Amino acid sequence: MPHAYPFLTPEQKKELSDIAHKIVATGKGILAADESTGSVAKRFQGINAENTEENRRLYRQLLFTADERIKPCIGGVILFHETMYQKTDDGKPFTQYLKERDMVVGIKVDKGVVPLAGTNGETTTQGLDGLYERCAQYKKDGADFAKWRSVLKITPTTPSRLAIIENANVLARYASICQMHGIVPIIEPEILPDGDHDLKRCQYVTEKVLAAVYKALSDHHVYLEGTLLKPNMVTAGHSCSHKYTNQEIAMATVTALRRTVPPAVTGITFLSGGQSEEEASVNLNAMNQCPLHRPWAVTFSYGRALQASALKAWCGKTENGKACQEEFIKRALANNLACQGKYAPSGASAAGADSLFVANHAY
Amino acid sequence: MTHQFPSLSPEQKKELSDIAQRIIAPGKGILAADESTGTMGKRLEKIKVENSEENRRYFRDLLFSTDPSISNCVGGIIFFHETLYQKSDSGKLFPQVIKDKGIVVGIKVDKGTAGLNGTDGETTTQGLDGLSERCAQYKKDGCDFAKWRCVLKISDSCPTSVAIAENANVLARYASICQQNGLVPIVEPEILPDGTHDLLRCQYVTEKVLAAVYKALSDHHVYLEGTLLKPNMVTAGQSCAKKFTPQEVAMATVTALRRTVPASVPGICFLSGGQSEEEASLNLNAINQVPLNRPWKLSFSYGRALQASALAAWQGKTANKAAAQEAFCSRAKINGLASKGEYKASGSADQASMQSLFSASYIY
Repeated sequence: MPHAYPFLTPEQKKELSDIAHKIVATGKGILAADESTGSVAKRFQGINAENTEENRRLYRQLLFTADERIKPCIGGVILFHETMYQKTDDGKPFTQYLKERDMVVGIKVDKGVVPLAGTNGETTTQGLDGLYERCAQYKKDGADFAKWRSVLKITPTTPSRLAIIENANVLARYASICQMHGIVPIIEPEILPDGDHDLKRCQYVTEKVLAAVYKALSDHHVYLEGTLLKPNMVTAGHSCSHKYTNQEIAMATVTALRRTVPPAVTGITFLSGGQSEEEASVNLNAMNQCPLHRPWAVTFSYGRALQASALKAWCGKTENGKACQEEFIKRALANNLACQGKYAPSGASAAGADSLFVANHAY
Repeated sequence: MTHQFPSLSPEQKKELSDIAQRIIAPGKGILAADESTGTMGKRLEKIKVENSEENRRYFRDLLFSTDPSISNCVGGIIFFHETLYQKSDSGKLFPQVIKDKGIVVGIKVDKGTAGLNGTDGETTTQGLDGLSERCAQYKKDGCDFAKWRCVLKISDSCPTSVAIAENANVLARYASICQQNGLVPIVEPEILPDGTHDLLRCQYVTEKVLAAVYKALSDHHVYLEGTLLKPNMVTAGQSCAKKFTPQEVAMATVTALRRTVPASVPGICFLSGGQSEEEASLNLNAINQVPLNRPWKLSFSYGRALQASALAAWQGKTANKAAAQEAFCSRAKINGLASKGEYKASGSADQASMQSLFSASYIY
């Protein structure tokens, strides 16, 4: 405990830090395009498109080849394993294509959740076996960051102490392994929005979970400047009867993060969870207008909140390609503004939102 | 673990947060005048003054009755128990003298270190017994903040995980009890500068200790916005052959704090440890010039580094009172500037050239 056995050289640390900063450069966030084959099936089913490898390739190609308007908006793209090895119509590997557009390539490396016996339906995440070798290969193949999703839920009896420490530990192991291979780990301890709990309950749980995550990262000697955090926003449960404003969500979220995420962490890239595209942008915007000081970048890592309209416009038909890209570009631009606190949802003025923040010490 | 049983009402939180903000208002820091009777004896012995209650009272009075402008650089003063109930020459109780100057009154509440069996001379700190009742009384008697010092040391085998965990836990218990009684807890996990270790080693240990402290504070539901941290600066051991510049000390210190101290902690008030008055000011100044985002105030909570010259000027003689007060004021003003990164030591280059001494490429 009292001795350091450095495993990252100064050059390795610099590389990790530079990658992290590049992803969350001003105005930029992440396109989470790493839906597994099973998840894509659900998305495609909703638009009556067939879930074939070619369709998945065509759809991702539409997103990646959207015109230069997305360049100032997208700092990084998370890919699923299959997509890492797919190519554009011209035969160029997606990874190379994205890099040439100055977007950092990321790869989802976890292998899904597994149950924790003796708990109330809680899980941990698997994928550590052979992760060392897989990361080395992904780095060679063009990935500079990775993502691993752990999941917790709020009920009267959860999250349990075991679920919190087990998920924190597995996230720290994953992060440590990634960094050894020049890959920036995105740490995602998602607390699901399911339930009828209120905003305060979610804030409390989020604070406890994040405190455990950062203690585990410290114990595992993870270099924080070379990491990103992908947390849930602090919101009430989906079935909560009380509705909260964007400013209340922003204050609760920023307060929770200020109490747990060390300033050394380069950026926070929120997941959108079940939020609509507009909700996700408006909430992100409110965070960036919050009067509390935020020492890290506060931006997005959105899947559905960037793609929902695009998918609907596409419907699996080639002739809808342009329309699909337009929808994606629209959301990318909205979030580019939101992560700078400059987004004005249609009908509202950007300045008007300020006064809605209640300087409330009750958080 | 999953339900919050609120430990503090919104009003209690606001009170604590307001107190903390007043103590570390811009340009202000803390005078640590809480030397125990034994420690005060060591200070007085150096200037050949008898360690009597009256002498201790006299010297504290000398400091506290300094020009009111002192409140521009001193936001809080930490008292020892005895001093809280002593009076100034004018017959006013010391807490009142301080409050009249707009300075917040603090009180040392720990009862010294106790050995941890089975370790290589490591310790924990005692004082939890009856602490709640004592805090309630101190609050009535004019205190608004408290201080508790834990001690760790660096050696080949230290600090051990039990020392780290035990001290973090006892600090969290103390903090929790203070807040229940309206006192802002200053959390002090001092890592001694004794030893031959280098700067990197101290940084590593400091990061591990602070990570444990903030995990314990989270576990004990402590309201961070209503606390202050009093850590050591990250320095090489006193017997280390290599010497490090104030900029290196500053970079290592700020890096360690950025990796462990949440942004919601309003202020970090460094202890001066064995540093000289000037060293402590130069280092604090460099810390406030580090080109990294620092979301908390970075100020001082100095004992010796504010009083050494004053003691030397006093020599126990009434005739030297004004000179002693002048010496104290001077150090207080300098540290006030240092807490804003505006201190220019005479003969040193200006800020712009100081900046270039920060080695941006050194990866800590």
